Amino acid sequence: MTLDPDVLRRLLRARDRMDAAPHEEWPVHRLARVSGVSHAYFARSFKQAFGVPPHRYLLTRRIERATALLRDTELSITDIAFGTGWNSVGTFGRTFHDVVGENPSELRARARAEAHQLADVPACYTAAALRPDLTIAVSEKRRRMANGNDRSTTGGSHEPRRRNGRSLRARPR
Amino acid sequence: MSQGVEMVGLYVRDQDEAVTFYVEKLGFKIHTDVKNGTYRWLTVQHPDQPSFQLGLFVPEQPMIDAAGAKALRELLAKGAMPPLVMAVDDCRAAYDRMKARGVEFTQEPTERYGNVDASFRDPSGNGWKLMQSARKK
Repeated sequence: MTLDPDVLRRLLRARDRMDAAPHEEWPVHRLARVSGVSHAYFARSFKQAFGVPPHRYLLTRRIERATALLRDTELSITDIAFGTGWNSVGTFGRTFHDVVGENPSELRARARAEAHQLADVPACYTAAALRPDLTIAVSEKRRRMANGNDRSTTGGSHEPRRRNGRSLRARPR
Repeated sequence: MSQGVEMVGLYVRDQDEAVTFYVEKLGFKIHTDVKNGTYRWLTVQHPDQPSFQLGLFVPEQPMIDAAGAKALRELLAKGAMPPLVMAVDDCRAAYDRMKARGVEFTQEPTERYGNVDASFRDPSGNGWKLMQSARKK
């Protein structure tokens, strides 16, 4: 399936809407309406266009937003969980750990210990560059972790990654 | 200043659409608009920045091979082109003015570290940041 640039531009509009309000619920029918395409077509074409299904794209944006709030604000982890679109602190903590490789509180402590050297880069670009590059589903990642096949993280951590043949691909920095 | 960057080109999907957007919605002026056969050299200029031109070009043959031009048109539509930043004195006022003209904003004015920024896209998919910097004041 080749996607016409006009369709891609409309899919981008749906992605932009998720970027603008990642804490909101974005069921496929809502996104499809933004793009002016059918539900089924949207689900297929978004993944083809952007490499990840829309729900996983949204997840990376929520994690990214939560990471920034942990780093840059004094908000409680509960407030951050609800403020970035999760319905439960437990789910937030578990998903955050699975994606980023450390708990929200661990990330907060580490981020504060590190010097901020990004002040001259517009915040949105920094955020986009540090977004976790989630190339597989979180459920798949959990399965691999449980089997001991995958020791890597998908970004968000500044620790060197240990990798093996089946590890996730991390975006080069 | 006689040395420095004079023109930077952007890819756009349609030059007529792009020049209408940059001139009528953003307030740029046409600097050069010359056709040579089907090729069109088109640059616009910010009214406060006479030493710099923004070129508006379509990825097309024979400048680029057919497959490359197609790939570029797709990447452009997916928002994959590099970041663009426009400095403004008053981000919220610029946002109101541009929004009223129908500019597609992707982020409302937001204050971060004393700066205020907003984001919009041109019709092709190029992403711009409107930036009001606290340091300039």
